Amino acid sequence: MSQKHKIEVALWGGLKPFADGNDKVEVEAATTGQMLAAVIKKHPALEDHIEAGVSVAVNGRVIASSLTEPIPEGAEVVIIPQLKGG
Amino acid sequence: MAFDEAKKDFNLIGTRPARPDGIDKVTGRAQFGADKAAPGQLHAAILRSPHAHALIKSIDTSAAEKAKGVKGIVTRADFATGLKGEMWNKLENVMAGEKALYDGHAIAAVAATSALAAKDALKLIKVDFEVLDHVTNVDESMKDGAPVIREGAAGPGTPEGMHPNVVGFYSSGHGDVDAGFADADLVIEDTFTTEATHQGYIEPHACLAQMGKDGKGEVWCCTQGHFNVAKVCGHLLGTEASQIRVTASEIGGGFGGKTEVFIEPVALALAKKTNRPVKLVMSRSEVFRASGPTASASMDIKIGMKKDGTMTAGRGVFRLQGGAFPGAPGTFTAMCAFAPYALENVSQEAYDVMTNRPKQAAYRAPGSPMAAFAVESVVDELCNQLGLDPIEVRLKNASREGSKASFGINWPRIGLVECLEAAKAHPHYSTAIPENGGRGVSCGFWFNHGGETAVSLALAEDGTVSLSVGTPDIGGSRASMCMMAAEELGIKYDDIRTTIADTATLGYNEISHGSRVTYASGLATIEAARDTIKKLCKRAAAKWGIDEDAVYWEDGFAKPSGPNAGEFEPMSLTKIASKMGATGGPIVGHYEATPEGAGVSFAVHIVDAEVDKETGSTSVGRYTVIQDAGKAIHPSYVEGQFQGGAAQGIGWALNEEYIYGEDGRLQNAGFLDYRIPVASDLPMIDTVIVEVPNPGHPYGVRGVGETSICPPLAAIANAVSNAAGVRMKSLPMSPPRILKALDEA
Repeated sequence: MSQKHKIEVALWGGLKPFADGNDKVEVEAATTGQMLAAVIKKHPALEDHIEAGVSVAVNGRVIASSLTEPIPEGAEVVIIPQLKGG
Repeated sequence: MAFDEAKKDFNLIGTRPARPDGIDKVTGRAQFGADKAAPGQLHAAILRSPHAHALIKSIDTSAAEKAKGVKGIVTRADFATGLKGEMWNKLENVMAGEKALYDGHAIAAVAATSALAAKDALKLIKVDFEVLDHVTNVDESMKDGAPVIREGAAGPGTPEGMHPNVVGFYSSGHGDVDAGFADADLVIEDTFTTEATHQGYIEPHACLAQMGKDGKGEVWCCTQGHFNVAKVCGHLLGTEASQIRVTASEIGGGFGGKTEVFIEPVALALAKKTNRPVKLVMSRSEVFRASGPTASASMDIKIGMKKDGTMTAGRGVFRLQGGAFPGAPGTFTAMCAFAPYALENVSQEAYDVMTNRPKQAAYRAPGSPMAAFAVESVVDELCNQLGLDPIEVRLKNASREGSKASFGINWPRIGLVECLEAAKAHPHYSTAIPENGGRGVSCGFWFNHGGETAVSLALAEDGTVSLSVGTPDIGGSRASMCMMAAEELGIKYDDIRTTIADTATLGYNEISHGSRVTYASGLATIEAARDTIKKLCKRAAAKWGIDEDAVYWEDGFAKPSGPNAGEFEPMSLTKIASKMGATGGPIVGHYEATPEGAGVSFAVHIVDAEVDKETGSTSVGRYTVIQDAGKAIHPSYVEGQFQGGAAQGIGWALNEEYIYGEDGRLQNAGFLDYRIPVASDLPMIDTVIVEVPNPGHPYGVRGVGETSICPPLAAIANAVSNAAGVRMKSLPMSPPRILKALDEA
């Protein structure tokens, strides 16, 4: 597994109140799962939202649910509501 | 998962072979949900609430139990207890607990020796209801004083101080929206509404279930996701998912509506109680009253534009009612609303609102079509008032690779610009608009999905292939799976048979939803074929006595990779398969994964419509769908998906709606009063397949099943508004609504 590195994670607007008013969170992680765990550790009030289901966009590619996707250094990372469809 | 480069040279992909299920379907041999029967089976019927909202004070089944032919009756007491969250909501919808929450909510169910006996026995069940005030309108349900559907249902992030019926909230955006509006030459702000519509699948929900006292069960049913049926039934019956084997029948349409579970747990509970197989088939009326229509919506949109067509800001507020349970797709509505546009200043928020209606279910790109209707109507009005070409304006502002999406990501490779360019170049767009007619244009967007997927590919000794997939074929996937497997293996399309395997045969497969099947099961099929090829090369290498790395696969043959590997005659798949028992045993390729590279897709629709100003009726004269498919595996099926989305959109735009009376009861629970389009309502729907490959699929596939229903509500509304000379802000644009709008203009 690759080394953890600094990642700036963007949150959707509705999550700001649960991240002490921040719309971005900086954590250290190498995968989507590590990143989400680190975000929860930094802002425990986000746990209910993240556990309810979120997707993660890494450099524009939407990762619906996988916790094992690698996050490259310097990647643009955005947490978005979990996707599904009809 | 990303593939360095999509494969480009194909033998079979992009051709149009005959569909493998065609003969079964035209001869009547295909087995749909209601076709399955078992010796000694009972027939079931469900007692449903006649009230929109009522306390269930007591249920007396004693008289019904004594009725001729009745073998068993179940109520909520016969299902699992202690469920929480999503599964509690599912059980509450499958069988009411303390309250009936909508007209049609299941209260009890009877199994009897005939369907007639079961229905007759329903009349003998005595339910003591205490009728409560109800609410069925989304805006009314949010107001102070509205009847409370259920306290404490709000999800995380729901703003405090809102009515308890508001159970979800989403907001996102970037930039300074107010500054953007101040920078505009023209700002238009308006409110739009859409009504709930049903997916309108022709086959009602149907199942056959059996379950012994040991808790082992079998279900045959029409569903978009039989693995999900097993999971949900396991929870609701208080047993393990692995103890319930589910087989998916052929399916007569789903469009998202058969992603939900309604009757299978009821049939299983009755089977368990009676120790007999139980068949349960919904009537059309039950399908309307008690399966899941789409959400209805109320939306406020504000957009600013400069005289040159540059959009300076957009704001949207979306209120969606999802029936008596959380889950209305307002989040997707908000995320899709401005997705086609690269806006510097944008904000969107959405509210998930409960009402006394059946729980909404997915319907092709849930939440997106209504968003496009509202936003694209305002864009059209801005173009009209500024005298700008609607496609040029959309091109000027279009989302493209690297631009920031309204919901926060930077777009990867997408095909919106290519779709708009194709629309501009299409003969339809340069043809004169019919006299007394109007033309409408709209963009539409949907995400698409990957999801858990498992596939198995087994060789027979004669060199033919049995491919097992776990995603019910709701749109021609068996043909595309055969094509992708044949393409990889280098054998004939007809030498492969694709079967939808039951839940005991493969690993968990997510539902056929999110336009995921050709993408995810297709990717898994390609990888399973490649796994098979590795094993075939290994057998050839062993036969030749060379290293397996010195063997490659081409056009159905194992070949030595060069002069250094040795001189050997290429060995065919058939030859290797014929000796597989003696050379190491069965050859089976597998792939199990959660592919995470589903490519988003955009579409552009062009519509010409005429409005009869005396009667208010609309006729759609010409219709063109342009959509990015990434790579069309079987173009006929892709075109069919494009046309199907447009046809359903025409119904949603012009006629279809759930109509509730003052008593909260559904007034039009049948196809006579709920009018879906028939052939004579539809023009030839022309299609253009744009192919901007998705780097997340080895052939470049993007899902196509849902995006096609995103633009039509807006495109038709723009055409009708331009024909009538008045902006239509509420769907459906049925004759009474058009006449009212003309009167008020």
